[in-house]
Amino acid sequence: MNKFMALDGNGAVAEAMRQINPDVVPAYPITPSTAIPQAFAQYMADGVVDTEFVPVESEHSAMSACIGASAAGGRVMTATSANGLALMWEMLYIAASYRLPIVMADVSRALSGPVNIHCDHSDSMGARDTGWIHLFSETAQEAYENTLQAVRIGEHMDVRLPVMVMQDGFITSHTMERVTIYDDASVKTFIGSYTPYYPLLDIDHPVTYGPLDLTDYYFEHKRAQIEGMRNAKHVILDVGAEFGRTFGRTYGLFDTYQMDDADVAIVVMASTAGTARYAMNALRARGVRAGLIKPRVFRPFPAQELCDALRNVKAVAVMDRSVSFGAMNNGGPLWLEMLAAAQLHKLHIPIVDYVYGLGGREIKPSQIENVYQDLATIAETGEFAQPVTYLGVRGEEDHQSAVQGALLAA
Amino acid sequence: MCSGCTAPVVVRMVLNAIDEPVVVANATGCLEVSTALYPYTAWRVPWIHTAFENAAATLSGVESMYQSLKRQGKLDRDVKFIAFGGDGGTYDIGLQSLSGALERGHKMMYVCYDNEAYMNTGIQRSSATPMGADTTTTPKGKQSTGKKQWRKDLTAIVAAHHVPYAAQASPHRWKDLMTKARKGVAADGPTFLSVLAPCNRGWRIDTSAGIKAAELAVETCFWPLFEVENGKWTLNDKPKQKLPVTEWLKTEGRFQHLFKEEREDVLEAFQHEVDERWEQLLKLCGEA
Repeated sequence: MNKFMALDGNGAVAEAMRQINPDVVPAYPITPSTAIPQAFAQYMADGVVDTEFVPVESEHSAMSACIGASAAGGRVMTATSANGLALMWEMLYIAASYRLPIVMADVSRALSGPVNIHCDHSDSMGARDTGWIHLFSETAQEAYENTLQAVRIGEHMDVRLPVMVMQDGFITSHTMERVTIYDDASVKTFIGSYTPYYPLLDIDHPVTYGPLDLTDYYFEHKRAQIEGMRNAKHVILDVGAEFGRTFGRTYGLFDTYQMDDADVAIVVMASTAGTARYAMNALRARGVRAGLIKPRVFRPFPAQELCDALRNVKAVAVMDRSVSFGAMNNGGPLWLEMLAAAQLHKLHIPIVDYVYGLGGREIKPSQIENVYQDLATIAETGEFAQPVTYLGVRGEEDHQSAVQGALLAA
Repeated sequence: MCSGCTAPVVVRMVLNAIDEPVVVANATGCLEVSTALYPYTAWRVPWIHTAFENAAATLSGVESMYQSLKRQGKLDRDVKFIAFGGDGGTYDIGLQSLSGALERGHKMMYVCYDNEAYMNTGIQRSSATPMGADTTTTPKGKQSTGKKQWRKDLTAIVAAHHVPYAAQASPHRWKDLMTKARKGVAADGPTFLSVLAPCNRGWRIDTSAGIKAAELAVETCFWPLFEVENGKWTLNDKPKQKLPVTEWLKTEGRFQHLFKEEREDVLEAFQHEVDERWEQLLKLCGEA
């Protein structure tokens, strides 16, 4: 029987981990994800899981131990944030290239420096090319459900890749919600038992993991890795559909909200999607035909599907909670991907970027309303003053009015 | 591996000494790059390499999975876990990972084959390199006599973790080395072997001289053979006649500048340090 629990995002992920009952969990605490290994250590102490918990001395060792444990032949999970993820960097690539289906909770937090413990997506976005599947969650419920699905996605034989499940630091990780927790038996059935492939612990069939791989084979191995990432899309959809049949909530590559008749749309990930829906409702009441797309899957990037979903709008604003320093117009990664997707899939509409919320800076419904207002103007004129706007940062208004002034004078 | 390299001698002796099935983890280094070149492998036991600084952490993950599956009744074999790393991957970049694994108490043996520099990248100094050695990052020169610092005493650092077994060994004393390997895997907890592994290229000695060079390091008391078993220090080899350290240094190209340039001051300082450390060790072993 389902139960309803008052859980924050960290607690919801810890519940998922309890139900998954991984064989090994190596972890190192870091704010705001600390509660996950903490809760897990308690499950161990109370004997409710079979897991071997490895309280490593750093995140680099956490991911190294995850790789060793996964190669040994069993289910492996961990959790981290920000600098912890950054310290794992080297090992993230190795986990993916060894095709180990490790599942990691990444509670999104700004990367140092200066040090900041609050939410933005610079940690996972920095790891976007490591070969991991990236799932973003808006709520504790989604973090719970994404974690359960991540196990199935990563372990699928067409994929065999590690998966990181994001939720927003503090905003989601520390906010209490009413979370539906499915009964242990149903979750166990959904997850299935683990089938190890080429485990190190199969002593009678010794395997070599991680040989030197030079000019003659490395490329083919990377190509095979690409194939796993390519296959991930249909596996994510299949698992999301099966999840829906089993538990009632179907998951796709992204969520759409009032897109059927939308003139303009915002594309935004994670908790800000909730704020955006709130803002949209107010605008809709005033007759603005605003729509919203909330990507759940960032890797593999659903380029074609996103473009198809945006085919009928006249202007799009991407909202990025991180920035790619020195990239085109110093925009955010989601926008850059979206622009590339639009070019490839012939979506010829203005797509602008709003970088917001760095280091946990608040994003208010009124600011999102303003973005929709901007979009309405862009949709009407087909023109925009600047491709990238930094939202809610001191000094930027002066800069923007200077840009607008220059445009008016021209 | 290079002709005359003593690292594979060490590895073969260690693995020959162990009767049980093993899983091996290898830090990046000479041993790793030359024994597993895709699509070939020299390893007939399960083997994993992930990166340079984390053989201990990687193996601690493997061992934890073993403990988990065994506890859950999914595995019933008795398996031993061995890590191999050079002095670069152990003394330096991998020290934290090693310390963490030792402290957590994983049942595994870490074997450092110490060739006294970063040989795989082309003979750069490590914290295991002896003072006075000419390496590519501590070159001899008009104003340099080679490496300025003394080597770090890693076995003592490991012993300070109060692990059940830590020992220093040399391939020229094969029986001692193999006995230590057996003790290491038999102990209930993390154990450590530090084995001197002369490198012809880095030490600039003849390809036939590796084992002899190890012997001289022991006979001059630069590389004493000892073990720390449950906190008890024991000297395994007390040379009948303690040779002057120059007997070891003069056979190696990396120290030749000290003799050619008549740097008695450096040679005397070297001897002084060897004597001092030897006396300390004798005391620890109850031999003084």
